[in-house]
Amino acid sequence: MTKPLLTESTTPYAPDPHQDIFSKTTLGFWMYLMTDCILFASLFLVYAVLKNSTFGGPGSQDLFSLDLAFAETLILLCSSVTCGLAVLSAVQNKKKHVVLWLLATLLLGGTFLTLELQEFAHFIKEGNSWERSAFLSAFFALVSTHGLHITFGLLWGIIMIAQIMHFGIVTMTFRRLTIFSMFWHFLDLIWIFIFTYVYLIGVL
Amino acid sequence: MFGKLTFEALHHENTQNFAVIMMMLTGFGIAWYITYKKKWAYLWNEWITSVDPKKIGLMYIITALLMFFKGFADALMMRVQQALSVGDSHGILSAGHFQEVFSAHGTTMIFFVGMGVVIGLLNLVIPLQIGARDVAFPFLNSLSFWLYASGAALTLVSLAVGRFSDTGWLAYPPLSGLEYNPGEGVDYWIWAVQISGIGSTLSGVNFVVTILKMRCPGMTLMRMPIFVWSALCAMVLVLFAFPILTATLYMLTLDRYLGMHFFTVGGGGNMMMYVNLIWAWGHPEVYILILPIFGVFSEVVPTFSEKPLFGYVSMVWALVVITFLSFIVWLHHFFTMGASPNINAFFGVMTMLIAIPTGVKIFNWLFTKYKGRVHFTSPMLWFFAFVLNFSVGGMTGILLSAPPVDFQVHNSLFLIAHFHGMVIGGVLFGFFCGFTYWFPKFTGFFLSETLNKWAFWCWFSGFLLAFMPLYMLGFMGATRRLDHYEASTGWHPIFITVAFGALIILAGVCIQIYGLYKSIKDRNINRDLTGDPWNGRTLEWTTPSPPPIYNFAATPIVDQLDPLWAIKRGHAPKPVTVYEDIYLPHNTPAGFYIGVLSLIFGFAMTWHIFWLAGISFASIIIASIIRLWGEDVHECIPAAEVQKLEEARLKESL
Amino acid sequence: MSEDLSLKEMQKTWHGSQKAYAIGFIVSLLLTAASFTIVGLKLLPPSIAIYVVSALAFCQAVIQLIYFLHLGQEDRPQWESLVFYFMILVLLIIVIGSLWVMYDLNARMMPHMNMHMN
Repeated sequence: MTKPLLTESTTPYAPDPHQDIFSKTTLGFWMYLMTDCILFASLFLVYAVLKNSTFGGPGSQDLFSLDLAFAETLILLCSSVTCGLAVLSAVQNKKKHVVLWLLATLLLGGTFLTLELQEFAHFIKEGNSWERSAFLSAFFALVSTHGLHITFGLLWGIIMIAQIMHFGIVTMTFRRLTIFSMFWHFLDLIWIFIFTYVYLIGVL
Repeated sequence: MFGKLTFEALHHENTQNFAVIMMMLTGFGIAWYITYKKKWAYLWNEWITSVDPKKIGLMYIITALLMFFKGFADALMMRVQQALSVGDSHGILSAGHFQEVFSAHGTTMIFFVGMGVVIGLLNLVIPLQIGARDVAFPFLNSLSFWLYASGAALTLVSLAVGRFSDTGWLAYPPLSGLEYNPGEGVDYWIWAVQISGIGSTLSGVNFVVTILKMRCPGMTLMRMPIFVWSALCAMVLVLFAFPILTATLYMLTLDRYLGMHFFTVGGGGNMMMYVNLIWAWGHPEVYILILPIFGVFSEVVPTFSEKPLFGYVSMVWALVVITFLSFIVWLHHFFTMGASPNINAFFGVMTMLIAIPTGVKIFNWLFTKYKGRVHFTSPMLWFFAFVLNFSVGGMTGILLSAPPVDFQVHNSLFLIAHFHGMVIGGVLFGFFCGFTYWFPKFTGFFLSETLNKWAFWCWFSGFLLAFMPLYMLGFMGATRRLDHYEASTGWHPIFITVAFGALIILAGVCIQIYGLYKSIKDRNINRDLTGDPWNGRTLEWTTPSPPPIYNFAATPIVDQLDPLWAIKRGHAPKPVTVYEDIYLPHNTPAGFYIGVLSLIFGFAMTWHIFWLAGISFASIIIASIIRLWGEDVHECIPAAEVQKLEEARLKESL
Repeated sequence: MSEDLSLKEMQKTWHGSQKAYAIGFIVSLLLTAASFTIVGLKLLPPSIAIYVVSALAFCQAVIQLIYFLHLGQEDRPQWESLVFYFMILVLLIIVIGSLWVMYDLNARMMPHMNMHMN
């Protein structure tokens, strides 16, 4: 004999009407993202404290290119939108569209990462690596932590594509796709603060 | 090929060699015993791959107790050293070894004993008290445990291979930086703490979601047992404090491995920032340790007073206020670092404020007893000892919260006496209380109450003798972490006295070990047949002892606080059991594998064996991908079978 | 698990829509362009630009939280929103508190020795 699902209609006094796996996973992942916010906040804080500790070396005004930052920002913003469209396609059960939009997201993400790595390589070649000063240490740590998250997101995205192609759009893949999109949007959110507080204010 | 690892790493001083031999004998002894009893398959199937929080909780507590022996051995060594090392004598430990001992002692006790017992209790009790079958993310739970165990194992490995950190339990730079400490010690510490810290953060996510989303019908937030509230607040603290630790250790790692300048002397680094950040985590951490203990008392005291908890709502508010305030007091750990009077005053006042909700809680427990029928069982004895020791420790904390006083006694033995009052008098005594209280529920038999009480009196008197004189020593100018002093200080007689205190505690520990052994041997005589030996109030006492893997045959429905008392006293209807299909997650070895790989990764990173670190890290990723490839298949126990199981159990207990 | 939500039910709970992503995208684009223009073309003195650009960043963050991450649109009880607000509170305490402390400590550290050391 099976008991009906604990929904609002059957048990009006259930403390949380949504006790299904989807709700739990969404909330759990959201909480992880909140811990990631605090992690990034700590890195931002350290960057703020060490921003002027250039130890005789170049500072933010000397190093940062607004053109590059703008390009990176646009690319990441577009990738955030394509990611959202991928989930929408999943809602509409359009498997091929999901894969295409995900591929677009990953391509844009990969481009973003390439530009970022090129910037790093340029700094290092000029002798301005993370060993040069506390300011550069803080810059590299903050921006590359975001970059590491992006890299992890790219790996995750590839696996999502593989799972969608293999299993199709089922409860499991849909759930994971929505979680992935939360992660990817979150990375664009953090980037807003990086381009503002590192690049824009750095150049002022 | 092996990075910085050479055979030199196996070369130790005599005392360390002895410790390594003891550790390996213990390890081999346990392994031999399991082989002799032919229990490896059982261990693998029932425990190592388990995702049942009851099993995971017991594993946490067992690991924490094992780590406690190491931490306590460190403590005994320090006490002996300080009792002997006066004037011309230099005791039994070299200065360098002494540094490692106090660093290992603190690290072990806070991260592997404190966090272990707390999260262990949460695993055991929370799902039962909220009427759930499991936590929200069972695999993540297993993973959290194995990451914690991996960190603990790395600390033990450091005993045998190379040296552990000698920079204290928090590793302040620049001493912990690359320039002044290029060796493997600090790296061992970083990876042990970082790996188990990730496990803790994941537990935070798990338990908050569990408590928010998996309560049984009728259990609104204000009908939850206070233990659940305290766990919720503690895990919220974990969520928001541990990322700061992760980030700070990450930055120290970058300094040490990539030559960055966050905390270095040159290059523009700022080592004061490390102290600030680490304590922004560190203060919430101590509340993470104590809040669940407060929750334990809120369960034990009403039960053994036969009276409902006094002031439920104020208890909840006290917990919430403490949670919030614990984020705005952290500077009191470094008043002497040189901030201006305004800053010191602000944080001093905030610290004093935290005493208020704490006091509310203590008064509420005492008011619960008033006009109640108090049973002086050993859990209650632990409670009374807690009230005395934690209050004294807390009051010295208020003394310390005044910056001018703190300037006199910061980093003296006065401080040591204060925080040991909190962690031993608070966390440890509270854990012993909860352990004794819930032991019959999870094992199905009783601990010897006589031996419990003997152990208690040794612990209580030993603690007083070992720590109260430290307040005096602090005022007399004795600093912490001191491995040698002159006779002219007049400290020697007191150091000898407190060493005897430690020996009395040792007696208590031995009685506890013997008590466990004897209780296990006599378990068939001392079975808990009713499932409710203490006339309990909360849902865990409605299950048999030990509970079946699915906790409840039918999801309970509650409509008030203390639901079991309500049923017993006729205020609530007796529940009608409607059997339903039960879905349970499958066991999985993935958590264990990732834990082992993390251990290898931590070891490889410590010794700069980067190819091995790379392989183990990649393997962790691959293991995760494999684990997360398919849907998580659940095992179904059909309602008819549940009914059969329950009826068989009922027949057995009659 | 047969007791859990079906795919259709999960899809029905999804709050995103083409309109939401379009609005989020365009507004974010405009706010980003505004920030970069103000700084790139030096339209405002630095002391004011900092605040304007910060405000634009927070606005964009809110837009993305609502239109991409659907914050506030979850069913009751809105745990995600509650946890988010609490995270912001803790974040502000830690960041502002630490900046206050570090600034104060640095100021008291013999400033003339704190200058660029070669």
